[in-house]
Amino acid sequence: MLKHFALVCASIILASGMVAAQPVVTVDTSQLKGPRPLEDQTKAAAIRDYLESWQAMNEAFQQNQPNLLDEDFIGTARGKLADTIDEQAKARIQTRYHDRVHHIQFLFYSPEGLSIELIDDAEYDVQVLDHDKPVSTVPVSARYIVVLSPAEIRWKVRVMQADSK
Amino acid sequence: MKPTLTFLLVSLTVAIMPAAHAQDETLNVPRSIEAGSAFSIQNAGSGEAALYIVGPGQVLKRTVQLGTSTYFPAGSICNAGHYVVILAQGSGTTTRSFDVTPVSVPANLSFLAKPSRLPVGLHDGITGAVYVFDVYHNLIAAPTPVSFELSSPSGAVQKQQVSTRDGAAWTAMDSTSQQGSSKFVAQAGDVSSTNIIRQVPGDPCDLKVSAQPSGQQLDLQTAPVRDCSGNAVPDGTIVTFTETYPGGQSTVDVPLKRDIAEVKMPARDGATITVASGVVLGNQIRWGK
Repeated sequence: MLKHFALVCASIILASGMVAAQPVVTVDTSQLKGPRPLEDQTKAAAIRDYLESWQAMNEAFQQNQPNLLDEDFIGTARGKLADTIDEQAKARIQTRYHDRVHHIQFLFYSPEGLSIELIDDAEYDVQVLDHDKPVSTVPVSARYIVVLSPAEIRWKVRVMQADSK
Repeated sequence: MKPTLTFLLVSLTVAIMPAAHAQDETLNVPRSIEAGSAFSIQNAGSGEAALYIVGPGQVLKRTVQLGTSTYFPAGSICNAGHYVVILAQGSGTTTRSFDVTPVSVPANLSFLAKPSRLPVGLHDGITGAVYVFDVYHNLIAAPTPVSFELSSPSGAVQKQQVSTRDGAAWTAMDSTSQQGSSKFVAQAGDVSSTNIIRQVPGDPCDLKVSAQPSGQQLDLQTAPVRDCSGNAVPDGTIVTFTETYPGGQSTVDVPLKRDIAEVKMPARDGATITVASGVVLGNQIRWGK
């Protein structure tokens, strides 16, 4: 009985941990402009790939490994993020980006289907480590403008640029 | 007891207020700066501290003397974004944030036009989408005027002026009535980007065939094949001649050569000869009885 109770508790703790790790995501397509309709399947793929790009960014910045960006970022975004990781590595800094909330608003689906632009009102925590020692963790609210481009099998982030909400 | 508690709360508030004020002054950062411009961060106190400026777009670390102003020369931060500033001394930290905004002058355009080849005379057949960037490849989110211009081989020009929304603008234009290469130009400020759009003749229009007897054969020949705008249909386009006669039918596919398709077919009494190209049907000839 006690063993069963412990198992249930462990499951709840694990489940709550998993839920806590997932950001809250809302999606709005009411502001979408452009002549091309955004099909549900395309929308779902764009959201999935964009959210995965945050995980990739977190891992790349945490490990100072720019190659971890390759699957999710392309063009300007990839170049700028990789440069930042190089700067971090030189200064022996690491950063962790833990995203908590994404309010995604689709803005533009280009007529030829080669780009999707969205705004993400994101909330996340940035933790800075210097020589592996935590310096500070700062909660951030920022509005990201994001442009996605279709690659071989997924949408990749081409532009990712933030300002204050 | 109650007055004592109130007194304590008031005293505590009064004691905290100057401290909070002092905390605000320990780190003074601009609310926003333009990408690439110089800026300073002021801090209060004494001793040495580490100053971090952190964002996905750039990371800077400086060792600073508290009580001084730290100067960042032009070009220190060029990537637009939201940056966190952390001043760390010992175990204590003070944090602020600021934005780096794009330079408002367009310097780069990402211009995609589709398709690169299409038939003449298509309404809204050509689309173009543009993203406007500054000199540091930051997306200029502020509304920026963009002009689109499609010039046809005949010199006719279609123009549209639009404003970007969050850095993006698009347009749709008609393909022209004349075949050839058109320049499709997007311009924002002093920067422009050009795509070449090849416009090809449309489907044949008013397909006509004539027949001349030649012994036991008929020489069948089309008039020069044109599209509905008068452009010559490209050589190689297939024209199908069909001869239907009592008891049978024969069909010959002939590619256009110098605008004309020609073929010899048996001259059969009572035959009906038709000509077609794609979905376009031409005239019909009855031969013999």
